[in-house]
Amino acid sequence: MRLLRTRDLVCQQAVELVTDYLEGRLRKAERRRFEAHLAVCPHCTEYLAQLRETITLTGRAEPEDLTPQMRDDLVQLYRQWKAGEQ
Amino acid sequence: MDSDGELLVRLRSGDERAFVSLVERYTDPMLRLASSFVPSRAVAEEVVQDTWLALLRGIDGFEGRSSLKTWLFRILVNQARTTGTREHRSVPVADTEPAVDPSRFNAAGGWADPPERWMMSGEDRKLIRACIDGLPERQREVVVLRDVEGLSSEEVCAVLGISEVNQRVLLHRGRSRLRQLFEDEFGAAR
Repeated sequence: MRLLRTRDLVCQQAVELVTDYLEGRLRKAERRRFEAHLAVCPHCTEYLAQLRETITLTGRAEPEDLTPQMRDDLVQLYRQWKAGEQ
Repeated sequence: MDSDGELLVRLRSGDERAFVSLVERYTDPMLRLASSFVPSRAVAEEVVQDTWLALLRGIDGFEGRSSLKTWLFRILVNQARTTGTREHRSVPVADTEPAVDPSRFNAAGGWADPPERWMMSGEDRKLIRACIDGLPERQREVVVLRDVEGLSSEEVCAVLGISEVNQRVLLHRGRSRLRQLFEDEFGAAR
């Protein structure tokens, strides 16, 4: 069994580095430690995959739609503003 | 499709159709962003209207140093913050909160209660929205701008007036918390 070196990351530290990793903000040595941890830790690998999935899901949040009523209101707003300008 | 720059030139010369084109291009994302600040759709619509009026009033001062989208969002965030009442519902959260509940790790810092695989049975866009709405205000602002509206970190900093480091901390806390909320919703039964 490999001895745990003090330089090795533990899971609780690894989860705090995920955003910096995805943002490309880890220094080279940090990134190597992080990736070395992932290589031996299926749970943190799953965690990283879930963070990526979280970002994808967030992008699919229910949209809001411009209603015809609101569009008309905004055109009215424009005309009033323009009338006031002159 | 005309570029924002072309539409702005036409708008400055008093072309109503240019205004309508911009409204059609940007009102949906503005409504979604506003909805993450204020408690109801009706209030969100007011905030968006106020933002368009502010755009019209300030159009001669827009120098194009930022993109039109960033500029609109910045106006909107300021309008929403003065109008918004939603934030009173959420308790301020320290930026030092951990990404994962410490009780899920053993004494050595390894997973004791590892992340559960998700069972997605079709995506529920309403539920996703509800989870995002459950984030603390400042985290929600950053997550919505980055991951819903697709702004870059530089643009988010400009819109919210925060530093890059602060942006990254809020993004980290927000995404981490959101992952937990999704795990609660989509994870295998705990």
